[in-house]
Amino acid sequence: MNDMTSRTPDSDMVLEVENLSLEFADRDKVTYALDAVSFSVGEGEIVSLVGESGCGKSVTAMTIMGLLPKHGARVTSGSALLRGRDLLQTSEREMRRMRGDRIGMIFQDPMTSLNPVHTVGMQISETIRKHRRVSRGAAEKRALEMLDLVRIPDAASRLGAYPHELSGGMRQRVMIAMALACDPELLIADEPTTALDVTVQAQVLDLIADLRRDIGMSVILITHDLGVVAGVADRMMVMYAGRIVEQGPTEKLFADPAHGYTAGLMRSLPGVNARMRDELREIPGSVPRLDRKIEGCVFAPRCEFSSETCLAPLPQAQERAQGHWTRCIHANAVCEAMSDNDIVRAWA
Amino acid sequence: MSVYDQVSATRGRQGGRISAAAGYLAANPATAICFGVLLLFVLMAVFAPLIAGDPVKIDPAQRLTGPSASAYWGRDHLGRDVFARAVYGSRMSLLVGFSVAAIATVFGVAIGIYAGMSRIGGAIAMRLVDAMMAIPAILLAIAFAALMDAGILTVIIAISIPEIPRMVRLVRSVVLGVRQQPYVAAAISIGTGGLPLVWRHILPNTLGPVLVQATYACASAIITSAVLSFLGVGTSPEVPSWGGMMADARSFFRIHPELMVYPGVLLSLLVLVVNVLGDRLSDALDPRKMVRGSV
Repeated sequence: MNDMTSRTPDSDMVLEVENLSLEFADRDKVTYALDAVSFSVGEGEIVSLVGESGCGKSVTAMTIMGLLPKHGARVTSGSALLRGRDLLQTSEREMRRMRGDRIGMIFQDPMTSLNPVHTVGMQISETIRKHRRVSRGAAEKRALEMLDLVRIPDAASRLGAYPHELSGGMRQRVMIAMALACDPELLIADEPTTALDVTVQAQVLDLIADLRRDIGMSVILITHDLGVVAGVADRMMVMYAGRIVEQGPTEKLFADPAHGYTAGLMRSLPGVNARMRDELREIPGSVPRLDRKIEGCVFAPRCEFSSETCLAPLPQAQERAQGHWTRCIHANAVCEAMSDNDIVRAWA
Repeated sequence: MSVYDQVSATRGRQGGRISAAAGYLAANPATAICFGVLLLFVLMAVFAPLIAGDPVKIDPAQRLTGPSASAYWGRDHLGRDVFARAVYGSRMSLLVGFSVAAIATVFGVAIGIYAGMSRIGGAIAMRLVDAMMAIPAILLAIAFAALMDAGILTVIIAISIPEIPRMVRLVRSVVLGVRQQPYVAAAISIGTGGLPLVWRHILPNTLGPVLVQATYACASAIITSAVLSFLGVGTSPEVPSWGGMMADARSFFRIHPELMVYPGVLLSLLVLVVNVLGDRLSDALDPRKMVRGSV
């Protein structure tokens, strides 16, 4: 491990995000993008960040990576500790050294995430040569190993290929190879399968899950696809309008959702025994605007369990079971209502 | 086969770029012809002393005589060898054209990338560029040529200065697009930043449009230099140039139109092939469109 780390001895967490709030300030308008987001990622764990478009999933990832534009985005509170070192207090120079080396990231669209003018071998080597003092030959050898590791057939001949010569799934594998070339402790996968077709999705997810086991890294998997979460994530965090509304072990959240929003998401899934004439249940209404601070529950206006008290300033998240937190004050009612839901049972 | 052998075998494939370019030329005869014509112009300029006689020797006794063994295209109003002047004139055109393209590209790309990457610096640079573009290029060039000593270097600088803002504007607009590309974010996410990011990821992706603009700058510089010579600004009249030849021939156009036609046709032909090559070259260098050699 690196001696730059100022590790807190009692922490076995790879990443701890505490009370992270962030806003985007334009000339005359402020968007409260993240509100007191707290979560942690343990060693070798796959944690999934789930939510609909615009809920703050990607912003959370970009903040951890330090990739948000300096003007405009403003962190108003909180910290993001990677092995005890606060990434939000780290200089851009230091962050450059850590990106690719200690944190890797893969993106949604593999078709445009590779530079069209360089060969894939060169792009994987770039990560290695950026962070390790190795010769060009050694970097290329490592690049070849990485292509093998991400199961690209006939890796040696792909090294000299340009991105446009590869399929979408292959490109995403190359992206994974780039991100993992320096054995990062943490991989942030921002919707890694969204742009891929279903069979390729499954292969890429399997690959990520296997690599997690083989390399021993931790993964933050950002997605809006609950099927993806159910497949690979150990724990999941449900985000809505810039807040984490519920988090806990994946099976627990599928089996006993304890927040109105999670319950709504679960109900909108097609069950295994669903018939063609069954209609999927949708959540009424739409996402709130984030141009003012919301004191109470952000989901209350759309929630079937909501009451007057939901609009009052919200108490802290409550722990229902080991590691299962919810910000819903009607958690018991939600649980009860969902207990007879066979759809949820089927997915869990 | 060891891993290293495989790696070096793969590397060998990248060396196929030149043979791929040759293959491209074979598949595109129009491009090959233009390339050949340009090559002829270059050879003509380089080996001018071997091809033609003295372009500046005055022989008033033989003025305005027709083609002869000593002067293939006849002689002008001072008895100078028109063929020799046309051949030597290509030196001026090519030198100015290529130099201006090179200078405009180097400065234009440097300033353009800066303007595309920096918000405040970029805004200032772009206002200056706007101000410069408001002045007609030929006027600016004449003003600069008048301010400095006569000579080919003056002509090159005078023409380069109005070409740079065009390049800056183009490069900046391309950079603004490229820096939004996911692959730039991906490069940052593996720890690339600062100059390496610009050098490896942003610059190469601007080269296609830059190349087209550079050839356009080259073609337009050739014309502008001819215009300056025609107007008698920049170089002294005895230095052979196509523009100067056309200016001299103007008074005798009715009786000897061919004196105007020779340099005019050469000028048009050179500008045409440079422009065509610019369009084709940007296709040929794009790896997505490149015809790959055998793998």
